[in-house]
Amino acid sequence: MRNTLSRTFRRIGRNYELYLFLLPALLYFLIFCYGPMYGVQIAFKDFRAGMTIEQSPFVGLKYFRRFVNGPNFWVLLRNTLLLSSGTLFIGFPLSVCWALVLNEVPFPRMKKTAQVVSYLPHFISTVVMASMIIIFLNSNYGLINRAIGLIGLGPYDFMTVGRWFPAIYVIAEIWQETGWSAIIYISALSGIDPELHEAATIDGASRLQRILHINIPGILPTIIIMFIMASGRVMSVGFEKVFLLQNNLNLPFSEIVSTYVYKVGLLQVQYSFSAAVGLFNAVINFILLLTVNGISRKLNGNGLW
Amino acid sequence: MNRFFSRKSKDDLVVDSVAVCVTLIIFALVALPLIYVISSSLSDPTEVLTGRVTFYPRNFTLDGYKRIFEYDPIWIGYRNTIIYTVLGTTVNLLVTLPCAYALSRRDLLGRGFFTFLFTFTMFFNGGLIPTYLLIKQLGMLNTIWAMVLPPACSMWNVIIARTYFQTSIPDELREAAVMDGCSNTRLFLSIILPLAKPIVMVLALFYSVGHWNTFFNALIYLSDTNKMPLQIFLRNILLLDQMVDLLGMDSESSAYLMFLIRLKESMKYGIIVVSTLPLLILSVVMQKFFVKGLMIGAVKG
Repeated sequence: MRNTLSRTFRRIGRNYELYLFLLPALLYFLIFCYGPMYGVQIAFKDFRAGMTIEQSPFVGLKYFRRFVNGPNFWVLLRNTLLLSSGTLFIGFPLSVCWALVLNEVPFPRMKKTAQVVSYLPHFISTVVMASMIIIFLNSNYGLINRAIGLIGLGPYDFMTVGRWFPAIYVIAEIWQETGWSAIIYISALSGIDPELHEAATIDGASRLQRILHINIPGILPTIIIMFIMASGRVMSVGFEKVFLLQNNLNLPFSEIVSTYVYKVGLLQVQYSFSAAVGLFNAVINFILLLTVNGISRKLNGNGLW
Repeated sequence: MNRFFSRKSKDDLVVDSVAVCVTLIIFALVALPLIYVISSSLSDPTEVLTGRVTFYPRNFTLDGYKRIFEYDPIWIGYRNTIIYTVLGTTVNLLVTLPCAYALSRRDLLGRGFFTFLFTFTMFFNGGLIPTYLLIKQLGMLNTIWAMVLPPACSMWNVIIARTYFQTSIPDELREAAVMDGCSNTRLFLSIILPLAKPIVMVLALFYSVGHWNTFFNALIYLSDTNKMPLQIFLRNILLLDQMVDLLGMDSESSAYLMFLIRLKESMKYGIIVVSTLPLLILSVVMQKFFVKGLMIGAVKG
């Protein structure tokens, strides 16, 4: 016992510098990530300014009930899920397809240029992106209205009609992120053993067959990991972009849970209620992540852990 | 390999041409909006607002840019953003790299525990309000620290760097160095880091893009106008239409006023270019590192 203990200490002592390496990150995660997790208990309390968290009276699930029974609960949920499922079920497969297509381009220069150009929009800030969307959709001179004007449609004032909002958001998200998300699949594709392709070619497999039976299975583990990660973010869709694109007219479709948390919490200073809504969101995300991860592990043994 | 591809079959040609066509279409869909913004920024305001500009400038003018260079808020924002980005990225790297290296060492006792502790933060967080209250309690509201410390480290990037250390730096190097009596610190600074240049570049880029584009943290944590980063000013100009001091409302003639309003509208394009171009150039320059850095992260998520 004593021997193992002293061996343990020797092992720690020999690498004490490594623990110093860890220290800044440890402090960071404890303070800025676990700190708020401790603070989230105000969701169960009546927290007011001037009180400490510990002094606040415990009210249990009061605020959760108020949110779930509130008048806008289902609208918020619907809007959030419309935006996130659109991104997940349309945007996600598109980035995989884009990687597969790019991988088949026979000219290296063209392949590289197209790849770089396709991920450039990822670096455009949300503020600029939101204003570009508004400029392009402008009903007087916007490019989109001019384009559909050519075939005799419009002009539409897209930003003022709530129903358009999910489509606008999802299309913009696809435009901005598909190229970037594809990078990870492109690099996974470049990791596939070329001998597999050679062997399949000798056996008479066509290009399409090789894509279907070598490339796709080859990047499937990466796809699954990325899908699990994405499913854990379903409830926290691009807060900033939605917030910046909101106006009074599209609000019925553009108010999502996270923008609601911001408005109620920081603008109306209802800390406890808003923290409860935020926690509700985080818990749903976490449950989704666990579920998808569990299903994936059962089905094919791939999971985050 | 060439043996198999020297004679292209019909089926090969079909796949090739489909891939090329799709690529060209995607290329156009991404590039044309960017080109439109650039050509509008170089066009006469009237041409822009009457919808006559397409993908090349009409009645070429640099007036918009001249106005932008005279418009102070943009440059206050630029200065602040550069400060936050440089300081923030430095802190990011100082926290992330040593942590990633320590976690890459198999002989680190408690490695699994620390990895779990840190990874958990990727999937669960306290949320906006508790984070805000914490920052407030720490007295960081309206200070530069509120811009630098809350995003000081991201576990995602730690994982990318850790995987890089594990897979592309041979363990024999460490063994040899330890044999020669090299301490862990020296090992890290003078052997590991120089070999890990690609991943350092990738992380520096990821983090600095994050700082450059930060908008929301500034919105909730900062209150002084002269501490605001570029994105806040951009929002005021591009989305909230606040360019009062530029417009000089004292002008009498309504024709002149109309001219100013048009100019302001078209200045938006120039502002988009001025605020975004540095990052786009940086990302093109750095592109050879992405695939390398991300690939290794992808192999083992």
